[in-house]
Parts: sequence; structure tokens; C-alpha cells
Amino acid sequence: MAKAGKIERISGPVVEAYLPDARLYDVVKVGNEKLLGEIIKITGTTSVIQVYEDTSGLKPEEPVVSTGSPLSVELGPGILQNIYDGIQRPLQYIEEVTGGVYITRGIDAPALDKKKKWEFKATAKKGDKIKKGDVIGTVQETDLIEHRIMSPMEGRIESIKSGKYTIEEEVASVSFEGKKYPLTMVQRWFVRKSRPVVEKFPPNIPLVTGQRIIDTFFPIAKGGTAAIPGPFGSGKTVTQQSLAKYSDTQIVVYVGCGERGNEMTEVLKEFPHLKDPNTGKPLMMRTVLIANTSNMPVAAREASIYTGVTIAEYFRDMGYDVALMADSTSRWAEAMREIGGRLEEMPGEEGYPAYLARRLAEFYERAGRVRCLGTEDRYGSVSIIGAVSPPGGDISEPVSQNTLRVTKVFLALDASLAYRRHFPAINWLKSYTLYTDALEEYFAGNVSSDFSKLTKDAMVLLQKEAELQEVVQLVGPDALPEKEQAILLITKMLREDYLQQNAFSDVDARCELSKQYEMLKTIMRFGERTNSALDLGVQLKRIQELEVIAQIGRMKEIADMKEFDKLQKKEDSSFDKLR
Amino acid sequence: MKEYKTINEIAGPLLVVNDVSGVSYNEIVEIMVPGGEKRKGQVLDVTQNTAVVQVFGGTEGISTTQTSVRFLGETMRLGLSSDMLGRVFNGLGEPRDKGPRIIPKERVDINGLPINPFSRESPNEFIQTGVSTVDCMNTLVRGQKLPIFSGAGLPHNQLTVQIARQAKVRGTGEKFAVVFAGIGITHEEASFFMRDFEKTGALENAVLFLNLADDPSVERIITPRLALTTAEYLAYEMDMHVLTLITDMTNYCEALREISSARQEVPGRRGYPGYMYTDLSTIYERAGRVKGSKGSVTQIPVLTMPGDDKTHPIPDLTGYITEGQILLSRDLHRKNIYPPVDVLPSLSRLMNSGIGGDKTREDHKGVSDQLYAAYANGRDLRSLSAVVGEEALSATDRKFLRLADEFEKTFVTQGAYENREIEDTLSVAWDLLSILPEEELKRVKTEHIKKYLPEQQEKTE
Repeated sequence: MAKAGKIERISGPVVEAYLPDARLYDVVKVGNEKLLGEIIKITGTTSVIQVYEDTSGLKPEEPVVSTGSPLSVELGPGILQNIYDGIQRPLQYIEEVTGGVYITRGIDAPALDKKKKWEFKATAKKGDKIKKGDVIGTVQETDLIEHRIMSPMEGRIESIKSGKYTIEEEVASVSFEGKKYPLTMVQRWFVRKSRPVVEKFPPNIPLVTGQRIIDTFFPIAKGGTAAIPGPFGSGKTVTQQSLAKYSDTQIVVYVGCGERGNEMTEVLKEFPHLKDPNTGKPLMMRTVLIANTSNMPVAAREASIYTGVTIAEYFRDMGYDVALMADSTSRWAEAMREIGGRLEEMPGEEGYPAYLARRLAEFYERAGRVRCLGTEDRYGSVSIIGAVSPPGGDISEPVSQNTLRVTKVFLALDASLAYRRHFPAINWLKSYTLYTDALEEYFAGNVSSDFSKLTKDAMVLLQKEAELQEVVQLVGPDALPEKEQAILLITKMLREDYLQQNAFSDVDARCELSKQYEMLKTIMRFGERTNSALDLGVQLKRIQELEVIAQIGRMKEIADMKEFDKLQKKEDSSFDKLR
Repeated sequence: MKEYKTINEIAGPLLVVNDVSGVSYNEIVEIMVPGGEKRKGQVLDVTQNTAVVQVFGGTEGISTTQTSVRFLGETMRLGLSSDMLGRVFNGLGEPRDKGPRIIPKERVDINGLPINPFSRESPNEFIQTGVSTVDCMNTLVRGQKLPIFSGAGLPHNQLTVQIARQAKVRGTGEKFAVVFAGIGITHEEASFFMRDFEKTGALENAVLFLNLADDPSVERIITPRLALTTAEYLAYEMDMHVLTLITDMTNYCEALREISSARQEVPGRRGYPGYMYTDLSTIYERAGRVKGSKGSVTQIPVLTMPGDDKTHPIPDLTGYITEGQILLSRDLHRKNIYPPVDVLPSLSRLMNSGIGGDKTREDHKGVSDQLYAAYANGRDLRSLSAVVGEEALSATDRKFLRLADEFEKTFVTQGAYENREIEDTLSVAWDLLSILPEEELKRVKTEHIKKYLPEQQEKTE
């Protein structure tokens, strides 16, 4: 029940209020303007509240009212294609209400459209016994996604009807222990609590991102976790956006946490025009955006990550593969630090609160491939890809270190690669994945039996190159034996013609696994042929002059897979002629 | 309005006033110092009976007994009018030239409000600055925030002024204005800017806010916000294209640190407050274009990196918020190259939306990428050849080496009054690319090579 209290102190986003019988994490409305806030600490009758909006102008003695419920999100048809702030207020609605370009204060914005009627198709029937999580009907929310309405409770269906309804109208009723309950298409869930599942499985299917360096060398699994740390300007956001655009998940939740406003606008303008590679429909139809830019209130930034992951879990529960992009988790950690500082908490490392590690671990633990609640066998996954922005690019700092301890894939972005316009600027020597073994079977069965071998061989060459470069730095390239110079020739091809990928080219932006395999094979075959030619006494210089090298350099742009056959034949004939 | 004579504590720029009531957070305060002087301040923390006030204009001369404090009941506001064009103000927004006070059309909260990301328009109009390293390699677009990372003693002021003087959107006669915020700059620097603005006639379309090095440091928190409030007014109300120059953000951050330490807050890295990222973002994010308005706010903040260290918290946090950076290099400056822009660590994140066939020229992106890759390679080879000697390099490598040298001599170097059209810049670029063998030009499209590459000159080396 709503209880009234009053403000005692205001310091930035933190407000102290006299509020008896308050519960931790309950949402409160602060001051005459009814600013939204959340109770984060209680001492005696005093509650400490983090306020999600700017607190300028608040005065002591103004009223504080508890809503009696923790921060939660509204889940139901209408979430997709939306853009929300950190506490699930739709930004488009805010624009309509304020009639201006700024986010003013005290706006009470419903997360979902309450007036729109959706076509509900019942899939359960009267008399069915249902469990929690069972799908009782569906709504075609967008052309791409069927929204499955899940029952939040168990019982027996007393009535159910197809037709056009708003999300708050009753579509079914369920009896449980002699009482009858109405069901609507909307439900609420507390953001700080993960949604339950039957069982979590080890991930063994790759999240195909269409990015060669990731899929080939550092694959991420569906339901897995990945961290992308890098200094500014190394391409974190571009990498995140490429993953959001081209990965083969059904739903993408993109959380812009404390990042640039113009970047979110770019995503907003671009996604409706980008086509889903499989269906040709706009990508926006499978996307939910959460934008809490750096200048928006810091407490809402802290909440934005939870809002995002809860929405992701909801779609997972319908049986979808969901990818959650969090850009950037460092800003989230900084929000915790800022609020911790205002609470005068004893700081841990570099001023971050002592619970930083726990919070990061809890967040990444919400990823996974699961069997969803419900009678039928339904599987879904949430993969989390978090960008980290370490100060000065030095990953020895607490956010990076605590993130690396819980994530399984590490994509190390490298400013020096970005300087030479080598994109994606992922350093192949420093990055790692722990999913290689789990995914080997999939690659062998779905791409080619020698795909894993090719990638391992290529990685060995790239590592060898790093050693050779050190020698070259001392004695110059000509002092190396021809075999080693040949390695440098092949690794140059690997770097420039394989690892580099042009996000702005229509053909190259997304590269299918089959094309990745052919491209890698073309280069590695060239390497083998070079080696055997050298054994036969052919001079390396003649190989370097082969015309086919330039053609390999342009194979990224090949759209028709048959071209690879021709290219590999050309490769063979070029070498045959050398003898 | 109640007057309080209950100052209990004075610490650095802060006052603690007791027994107050009805005070609101961030409210503006007027302080009457003995002798009749009035100063302004702002409430930083308030409880039921005490308020912590941050004083602009210094706390010298304030006493706990002789000084009275009035709470004005509103947050810091700036009176705005188009008459501000051509005027010079101090760091608190009072006229500094001999002109009359401004009669405001509107009074606006200087802290601004966050722009709804949904209501932004994406910045995509190419601004030609006439500086090759910016136009071709790190293109500036309208509504972008692109800082200059400099070091003490580097010619960032000259470059800023040159950009302000030359910046234009091609083929349009739209209204534009310059808003300049000098934060903690010296008298000498201030008069350099004033002179240049006057000389080139830019002053009549400019609004200047000057907080000088000997002005109270707390004012520096206010100055950029005044400038941006003015810029937003000119852009979104008067439909002007506003270029906002803010120099030097390092002084701003120092002031922020000073206040934070006076408040005895838990410090973050190097003593700067933990909320510095958020605080800086409330300045930098006030750039952009919005729906329903023709105008735009483009920001070029300047900061000097302490010890030329890019990982220092000030440039580091700035780089994480802004859409790229232009980095000045001491090495190039020593070689007598002006402007000493090191393109490799420089970046414009919005470049790709502002270039191409209909905006600059079809080959722009390819040429820029190719130059980046080639120059980076040439620079690596330069350090290699210092060890093994140039003779040990292959013929191709020697060409890369030559390209790196020529790039610095002909492309980077230009006069302080040399205004290059983008076509001129691109043709210098193609001349440079012609040094390389054609098969090395992987970043440019084949058809562009045919169209733009000059005949291979076989120069003897």
C-alpha cells in the first residue's frame, strides 16, 4: 500500500527521506513533481533513494510516496521495434507528450500501448491443464516475430477466445484451487530478478555473426557470454552494431548504456532500413532498443542493463534465441560507483563499490541456453555481449578484470589496428574463446570436416608471424630464409584478405560460414602450394609476382560461391605454370 | 525572500549555511560580502536545515558573521536574445565589452535537459574546414562533437581559429554563428582570439564568453554551460548553424576536481571525481541536430593533455563521449609541420555519414582508408629502416617510406591561411597514392583508380 513520507536531504541523484515501513528496492515517487526513484538503502525510518531523473529544484519536506512494488518491466505485445529509456519509458511517447526534443521530468509513460488491439490466436483450449510458462496463444507482433503469450500461472483453462484485444483485456481465465483468475496478454517482472527456467544447458551451437574473425577464430556460442574491451576509437560500438545487424539470432536487445546520443540516433535511423538477411524484412522488427545516453540520469543508467536483460529473458522463454548487446558495461559500473560514492560507502578498488564483481557476475549469469518453463519442450537462449571501456585501454582495471572472470569469449580490440584501418580491430593474438571444443562438432557437421584444422593451422601461422616480425625488426626481411618469408606472404593475405572485413560493403559486411570456409581454404591452399613450390626450387619472388594474388585480394567481394571454384583452379594453374 | 546570516563553515569554494528552510537543490544563491559586493553561488547539498553552497567568484573576504546569504528560488538561468551576437561576456554571462546589458527574450536553465535520442536527427552534412587532415581523413559533420587533443605549447589555438574562420557547408548560404567559451585561458590567449575574430570580421557573428586564468576557478563550471545554452538558443530557436569552440577543457576538469576535493568526496582516478564522465557528458552531449529545427550545434572542444598522455583521465573520458578526436603531435610540431595533426590516432566517428558521391566525392572513403593504411605502414617502416638501414628494405617498402615523408610534407603541411577545397585535398592525396604500385591500392575501387590516379610517374629514387 502506498505510504507517504517526506524528503530529508538531497545530494545529486541521491535523496534521503523519512519513509516508515519502506521495503528495499521498492519504487517511490519523489517530490511534488513525482520523480521516479528506487529505495537502495534503509536505516531506521530513513530510506535512501536513487532518483531516475534530475533532482534540481527538489526541496526538503516535499512528499515521497512508495508504490509498494520493486522496479519492474511490462512484458507483452508491443515491445518490439520500440526504443526505451533505462526504466522502460518509450522515447517516442515522451516526444509526443512533451512536444519537444528534450526529456523533461516527471513524465509517467506507459511502456506498452494500452489502446492498440492485437489479433490473439488461442492455441490452448478450454479444459486444458496448463503449467507456468505454457503458451496459451500467439500474436503476430511483427512480420518477423510471433509473440507467444505465456501463462504466468498453473491451473485449468476455464475460457479462452481468439480475437482482437488490447493487452489489458481478458483473453482467457484459469481456475486454480477452486478460484478463477483472468489472464491478459501482459505481465510484469521485477528487473533485478532473473526469470525462472527448467534447466540450463552447456552451449554447443555457434552464434553465427557473419564476422570472419569471430566465427572462424573466436566463435561465440548461443547462450554464451563475450566481452569486448578496448580503448576509445578502437571500434567497440561498430563491432557491437555489426553483431546486432548480422548475427543469426531471432531477437536483438540493444542497450546503449551511458553512450553517445548521436550513435543511438544512427541505430534508430539505420535499423528500419537494414534488411534481415533471411527474410528481407527490416531488422527493426526483431529489435528492442534501450537508450540511456551518458547525459541522461545516472540512476536510470544503472537500471537500463537490468531492464534489457529482463526483456531478453522474456523472449527467450518463448523459445527464441536472443542476443543482448550491452554498450557499455563500464558506464554501468561507473553509475554504481557514482551512486555508491553519494551513499558514502567504503569504496573498493579505484573507487568502485565492493559489490562490483558480484553484480557483474550476476548479470552475465543471466545468459544461457535453457529449457523454458512449460509442458512442451521449448528451448531458448540469451547470449550476452558486453562492451567494456577501460580507462586508457588498460584492461588491468577492475571492470575489465571482473568481466573477464565470468565471460567465456574475449575479443581484444586494438587501437593500433584501428589506426591502420584494419577493421574489425580485433587483435588475433590476444583474443580467446573457451567455446572451441564445445562447437567443434557443430562446425564439422555443418561447415566442413577440415574447418577446425584450417583455423588452427591459420592461427599457428599468425602466431609464427608475430615471432618473425620481431626478427625482421632486428635484421630486415631479406635476412629471413625463403620459407619464412613465404609465411609472411601468407599471413599478410590472412590479415588483409581474410581478417579485415568491410562493414560498409554490401557483400562483405556479412560473410556466411560457407564463404568463410572457402576463403580460408583458398588462402591456406595457396600457402601449401607455395611451400611445395619452394621445395621444388621455385624462387619466392616468382610466386610473389603471381597475378592470382591480386584476385585473392578481391575475393571478399565474391557473391557467387561458384567463383571460388574458378579461383582455386586459377590458383592451381598458376602454380603448375611455375614448374 | 529570507536572508540568512548563519554561515557556519567556509572551506575552499564552499559555504555551509545553517538553520535554512525551503531551500531547493541546485538553487541559485546571492551572497552579500562585507563592503557591499554581491557574489553568486549554487546549492550543492541540502538537508532540512543546512545547505552547502558553492560560491562562484571565490570565497575571499567572506566571514561567518558579516556575510548574508539569500536563496533566489530558481536554478541558474541565462537571459537570451539574438542581440548577443557580436558581444563579449565574462564567465558568468555579464557583459565584458563596454556594451549595454542584454534585454532577454527568454531566460533558460543553463544546465539544459538531455535531448531525447528519438528526437535527434543524424548528423550527415559535410563541413569543409579547408584543413586537409580534417576534411579528408577526419571529416567534421554538422552536429558533431570533435575535440582537439593538444599539449602545452602546441598550436591548437591557431588551428581552432583557422577552422572557425574557414568552416562552411558547401553550396549553401545558411546563417551561421560561432560561440566561443574561453575557460581559464590567459589574457594573451584571449586577446589572440579577439584580435583574430575582429580582423576577419567573424566577431559580428560570434558570441564570446571569457573566463580568464585569474578569474575564480569555480566560475569555470558555469562558462561552458552558458556558451552551450546560447548555442542551443541560436541553433534551435533562430535556426542558425552554430560552431561552438570551447577551450580549454582541462581547466574545466581542474575546477571540477577542486570542488570535489573541497567537498571531501571519494576521489576516482588521479583525484578527479568519480562522476566526471557523467559531468562531461552533460557538456559534450549538447551537440547535435534535432527534429523540427534547421539549426545545428557543432562542438570543437580543445583540451591540453597533461604530459601529452592520451590515457590521462581528461582526454580519456572525453574520447569516450565525443565522436572522435583530432590529435596534435609534438613530433610533427618539432619538424615544423603545421598543423601538426597526427592522423593515425585521430578519428571522426561520423565521417562515413558525411562523405561520398553526393556530399564530397565518390572516391573519398577509399582514398582516406588507403592513405591511413599506407601512412601507418610507412611509419612502421621508418622505425625499421632506422635499425636496418633503408637499403635493407624491399623496393615496395621504400615506396611506402617515401609516401610517409611526402604525406607529411605536402598533405599535412599547409598554411594557417590556406583554405583547401576538398577536391584540392583529394588531388594531393591521389598524387601521393601514385607513389605506390597499383596492386597495393586495395582500399580504393578499381574504377576510381582508373578515373583519378595520375599517370604513374617513374621517378628515380
